[in-house]
Amino acid sequence: MTTTADTPQTPEATAPSQGKPGGGLRGRLDSLPKPVRWAVLALLVAGAYLLPYAADVPVLGPQLVTEGIDWASALFNVSYFVLLALGLNVVVGFAGLLDLGYVGFYAVGAYTVALLASGDSVFGTKWTWLATIPIAIAIALFSGLILGWPTLRLRGDYLAIVTLGFAEIIRITADSTPDFLRGDQGFTGIPHPPGTFSDGTPVFGVRDATPYFWLGVTIIIIVVLALRNLERSRVGRSWLAIREDEEAAEVMGVRTVKYKLWAFAIGACVGGLGGVLFAGQNGFVNSAMFQLQLSILVLAGVVMGGSGNMAGAILGGALISYIPDRLRGTQILDRDAYEYRYLLFGVIIILIMIFRPQGLIPSRRRALELKDRAREVAPQ
Amino acid sequence: MSEPHTESTEWDDETSRQRVDEPIPTTIGVPHERSSAGAGPAPVPGGAALLEVDNVTLRFGGVTALDGVSFTIRQGEIFGLIGPNGAGKTTCFNAMTGIYRPTDGEIRFTGKRVTGLRKYEITSMGIARTFQNIRLFPEMTALENVMVGADAHHKTSVLGALFRLPRHRREEAQGREKSLRLLEFVGIRHRAGHVARNLSYGEQRRLEIARALATDPKLLCLDEPAAGFNPAEKEDLLQLIRRVRDTGVTVLLIEHDMRLVMGVTDRIAVLEFGRKIAEGTPAEVRDDPKVIAAYLGVPADAA
Repeated sequence: MTTTADTPQTPEATAPSQGKPGGGLRGRLDSLPKPVRWAVLALLVAGAYLLPYAADVPVLGPQLVTEGIDWASALFNVSYFVLLALGLNVVVGFAGLLDLGYVGFYAVGAYTVALLASGDSVFGTKWTWLATIPIAIAIALFSGLILGWPTLRLRGDYLAIVTLGFAEIIRITADSTPDFLRGDQGFTGIPHPPGTFSDGTPVFGVRDATPYFWLGVTIIIIVVLALRNLERSRVGRSWLAIREDEEAAEVMGVRTVKYKLWAFAIGACVGGLGGVLFAGQNGFVNSAMFQLQLSILVLAGVVMGGSGNMAGAILGGALISYIPDRLRGTQILDRDAYEYRYLLFGVIIILIMIFRPQGLIPSRRRALELKDRAREVAPQ
Repeated sequence: MSEPHTESTEWDDETSRQRVDEPIPTTIGVPHERSSAGAGPAPVPGGAALLEVDNVTLRFGGVTALDGVSFTIRQGEIFGLIGPNGAGKTTCFNAMTGIYRPTDGEIRFTGKRVTGLRKYEITSMGIARTFQNIRLFPEMTALENVMVGADAHHKTSVLGALFRLPRHRREEAQGREKSLRLLEFVGIRHRAGHVARNLSYGEQRRLEIARALATDPKLLCLDEPAAGFNPAEKEDLLQLIRRVRDTGVTVLLIEHDMRLVMGVTDRIAVLEFGRKIAEGTPAEVRDDPKVIAAYLGVPADAA
């Protein structure tokens, strides 16, 4: 119990989870002074916005750009997968609730837009895309609560099964209500986001996906800022505490029911936002777009990137979309390499679990933990 | 995010919390300065009943873990709960903090019924505890661990955090400052930025006490806090427990180590096989033949 002089590390350790400049990108980034860190972040953001022009970069550009699919469309796909990964990371990474039915919220977002804005809808409201956003978010949030409430007592495998059922219920409901959610037939003519150039052509057209990608990046930035505020607050601490030891958390005064529901609701909002974005670009929504594999894929992305860490979730979400798109147009054994994507992800995930179980960009605390473990092993 | 929902949860917050109108204590180290300054809810006069365990019985299937146990902890004292292994001490603790619900009987805290309340409600009433087998949040830093406890009395939630409203920022800053002061109080301030799992065993025990104190308890329940300590560490712990009491917090101590218990407690209740067999001052308990027979077996000073 004596706190004697044998532990004099970091006397001014006031910042929470201050990472000591260790190895790796993150350690190096953290060791930089604040203005430099901001500059690096600003460069990253600017780089993200400039990605559609990557093909113009000599040497590297052509390697990066997808061949089998229009580069801007591939980037747009990346953007909504990143949104999905960010949202799922709240549920799985922060609060530690295993959710296999995350695509359900994505479907809720997309279908809300379709029902309110498409001419095919029974409602016939034909709202603009923009007007549907608040309703879509509210309904996604509500669906998060609907899923969260009955599953509050469940954990781990049991929770995973129930959430998996939730996503399937939404898809099957869509399939079996041809008049309402229109199953395979789907909704056509969903309006694009608003805005026209001075010459009268719409900003968000059919041919070029670049503006949609920029819109996606902008939404991602807003979501990241919002989630960051939550992560660094009582809310984020409560989520972590629930993840670490739910009973101890409640004994320490954490309202576990409330914060678990919030995790579901906020994750659902972000997923719904992904659906809104997708519907606005694609213009068409049907039940075949919300297959179970999509949930698994997004979860794989979160785990691959680094569960519990937003940078990791962003990277993971981007990779699960980019890798298959990049493979399109390449032939392996007389088949398009795209067809092997699930095989490839299987292998990648196994490799990551073996060599880097904390994910590509682990959360700082995980990294610290693993570093310390390594130090314990190494003789001093 | 939807307005009505948030409002309703915020509202829940206020109803379940008693001390909503009080400012967040910013002077720490002294979690109970508030009551000594007379600003708290009608302070119970010294020696008045704080926690009453009234004829509590707890059965698990055919096993009776607690059988009609009654005792009263008075404001400002250090109360010891002792007994041989399996006597029901921790079960009693768990019943008090809402982890188990008594089969029969009632537990009252400051005159209000505790049985049947949710764990966080009991916490906000003013009962805090540590665990026999340390249960920190291992991946969170020491500071964050304590801040979770401090959050128990904060009012802002998702909306406040999302938009970084002034009240949220104020509570964050105060919570952090309070937590740092509590870390200082238990002597591990220099470890604030370290992940809890990397703290030494003794530091983890201290961190648990700091985390519990951060919830502003009136009663702090320590479940075998000295388990695994050497004599010097036990002596330090003893000092710490006394300092906690001196800040106005009543302490309930479950402990095996007789010297520690005899040295620090004002009164002791002895459990054996789920029944209370004795209660009194350390000297009285020490000389009680039933206690000697049942628990000590040998004179206390040989333990």
